[in-house]
Amino acid sequence: MREGILLFPRPARRSPPALRLRVVGMGALALLIFQAACKREERGFRVQPPSASAAEGSRMTDFQPGPRTPESPVKNEYEDNAYALSEGKRLFQEYNCSGCHFNGGGGIGPALMDDEWLYGDKPENIFETIVEGRPNGMPSFRGKVPDYQVWQLVAYVRSLSGQVGSNAAPGRSDHMQTSSPEQSRPRESPKLSGKPR
Amino acid sequence: MQPSKSHIAKNIAVVLALFACASASCSRPIQSNAEVREVRLPSGLSGSNEPDDGQWLMPAKNYSSNRFSSLDQITVDNARDLKVAWTFSTGINRGHEAAPLVVNNTMYIVTPYPNILYALDLTKPGAPMKWKYEPKPSSAAQGVACCDVVNRGAAFYDGKIFYNTLDDHTVAVDAQSGKEVWNTQVGDINQGESMTMAPLVVKDKVLVGNSGGEFGVRGWLTALDASSGKIAWKAYSTGPDVDCLIGSNFKPFYEADQGKDLGVTTWPPDAWKIGGGGVWGWISYDPELNLIYYGTANPGPWNPDQRPGDNKWTCGIFARNPDNGEALWFYQWSPHDLHDYDGVNEQILIDLPIAGHTRKVLVRPERNGYVYVLDRTSGEVLSATPFAYITTSKGVDLKTGRLIYNPEKSASLGKVVREICPASPGAKDWQPSAFSPKTGLLYLPHNNLCQDAESVEANYIAGTPYVGMNVKMYAGPGGNRGVFSAWDPVAAKEVWSIKEDYPVWSGALVTTANVAFYGTMDGWFKAVNAVAGEPLWQFKCGSGIIGQPITYRGPDGKQYVAILSGVGGWSGAIVAGNLDPRDGGGALGFNNAMSDLPKNTVKGGMLYVFALP
Repeated sequence: MREGILLFPRPARRSPPALRLRVVGMGALALLIFQAACKREERGFRVQPPSASAAEGSRMTDFQPGPRTPESPVKNEYEDNAYALSEGKRLFQEYNCSGCHFNGGGGIGPALMDDEWLYGDKPENIFETIVEGRPNGMPSFRGKVPDYQVWQLVAYVRSLSGQVGSNAAPGRSDHMQTSSPEQSRPRESPKLSGKPR
Repeated sequence: MQPSKSHIAKNIAVVLALFACASASCSRPIQSNAEVREVRLPSGLSGSNEPDDGQWLMPAKNYSSNRFSSLDQITVDNARDLKVAWTFSTGINRGHEAAPLVVNNTMYIVTPYPNILYALDLTKPGAPMKWKYEPKPSSAAQGVACCDVVNRGAAFYDGKIFYNTLDDHTVAVDAQSGKEVWNTQVGDINQGESMTMAPLVVKDKVLVGNSGGEFGVRGWLTALDASSGKIAWKAYSTGPDVDCLIGSNFKPFYEADQGKDLGVTTWPPDAWKIGGGGVWGWISYDPELNLIYYGTANPGPWNPDQRPGDNKWTCGIFARNPDNGEALWFYQWSPHDLHDYDGVNEQILIDLPIAGHTRKVLVRPERNGYVYVLDRTSGEVLSATPFAYITTSKGVDLKTGRLIYNPEKSASLGKVVREICPASPGAKDWQPSAFSPKTGLLYLPHNNLCQDAESVEANYIAGTPYVGMNVKMYAGPGGNRGVFSAWDPVAAKEVWSIKEDYPVWSGALVTTANVAFYGTMDGWFKAVNAVAGEPLWQFKCGSGIIGQPITYRGPDGKQYVAILSGVGGWSGAIVAGNLDPRDGGGALGFNNAMSDLPKNTVKGGMLYVFALP
């Protein structure tokens, strides 16, 4: 929203054609940004998270014997929605995810802002990691967190390594800054090659 | 050591006696040094005044916890000739904080999780493995270990090796065969409990405590029967007096510690149930007074606004009767802890001349930045002197015993407080110091760290972190993050110090030949002159050092020095856990201070043993 307001040009009097064109261009751009900004602020009444069963078809590895079976990737709409991402950020604190993973740098648990994904980087993988738990200390949150909140957490976790759009990723923190905001993090190329812990 | 019944122990006793005779006849009379004063060790505590058998039966060497050896072959003059004698890979990549043990010509090493116990045969070339014991702890336990999956070592007693596993089992292993004698579960990872401390065995009792001050555990120390593994008593660090084994013989020196059920009344309702006070540090024992001494860790959560009150009995020290666990006195280093200043560091038991009288004292270099000298019969504070840069407090009131906090450095919800010194790992964390009766000096491996912190609301969910503090650490004044110093506990002043780039997270060792040893987090193992502090020798190990050096006499009569290399621990989590240095808040804020460590060392557990050619 604030980008839209800042960029909206003042009407120009008797502008040269080139400038007029530029103004029109900027106006269009501003409108686009404004719309994107609207989307950024959109509350999630119409945004449906994937169902929990959507994650059941996930694989933790790309390696398959014989011909590859077609993938059916899960699209988590929350990744494009600033409200859902900010909710994910809040829940990441409140469910104590941050107690182990901090702001993505890791500590008790592994880093989540880098390109190493021990148990898969896809939304469905992360959903399963949260719900099932993982053997090296990740607890199972099955039955503890509603599915839609897990998907909000999934979206936020992916924002830690720049996997979601920067127009929707959180741009600031309410707390002492210890790392760059999620919005300005470089997009890592996830690799299923995490070093053993 | 108590007289033991088993044949193995008898055999060992014979070997000990032989060694003692040999060392008595071979060793030169102790050279008196004009610059330093001899300090007597209390009677009944093994040290230089008693024959040293050349073994290493417990991490702190003896009940007085002085880490002092009377082996004298390696001297100030020849230490420069030290060479690697042999090495042993532990096969584990996490932080190696343990001290090796040497008993009956066998070396025992406990690794970090998965807590493998190796026995190495010192009578054969290259010290081949005799056996290994694998307790196979639950891998989920790694999720409740606040500060890397470390283990601080084992203890030998009556033919058995005792130690704790990360998933809260205390095990006894036959020292000869490597067979498990007993295995007792004493805690629960689902409550956030883990175990990292080294047991102390006193009068047929194996004393162990829990870790988990960052997970809202309720701290305790428990005594297990050495032969059966059955729990003899358990003393909680919070809650009603009956749970804390506080009874009619409890006579704390200061008024603040006197009263009924202070472990309940100094907390908001029920907060003591998740109030921390773990017992993950060091225990000492005075056989004459029949008292054990140990510290209690930080209260939970770190956010102090969620637990108004003094939060007894956290961040303090208990003196207890080891027979039944009953408390005799308590003193609180950091009442209502504000900065995670766990009170679990080592206490060294010595008799010191103070104001013209010989006093039975314990010396405690404490996380809050002061070296305390306490009368260990009563818990009275005789002195408390800063050994590091402190902004969080203004001293200790010797009338009330109370730490005088600096209100400007108190955390409050949503406020960022800058320049908190020392930082949460304290001026000195667990890394144990050594004391030489020969020089009268304490050898202090420690930190020079400050931090910015902001408290936030902590939610208690069992088995997950319960902290409520955002932290960002950095080097203290001068820019060096660590120091190795010599401290005179009588004059209460520093005698010399060596600045180190990284926190000195290894233990210290000192010998009667005035050689002190320690290691650095970038992998240097160092020998220094204990009198003057000048460097004598150093060797670059494969990975950073956070272990505890020991020295022993081999079957060939030669003096050896051993150290585990293998970086990790809280300070080295950035390497051991592949953490991302771009988040300074990672590892409870230690990432910010250690972001360059991955450039200077890598993981890998390896034992190094050194000797003269």
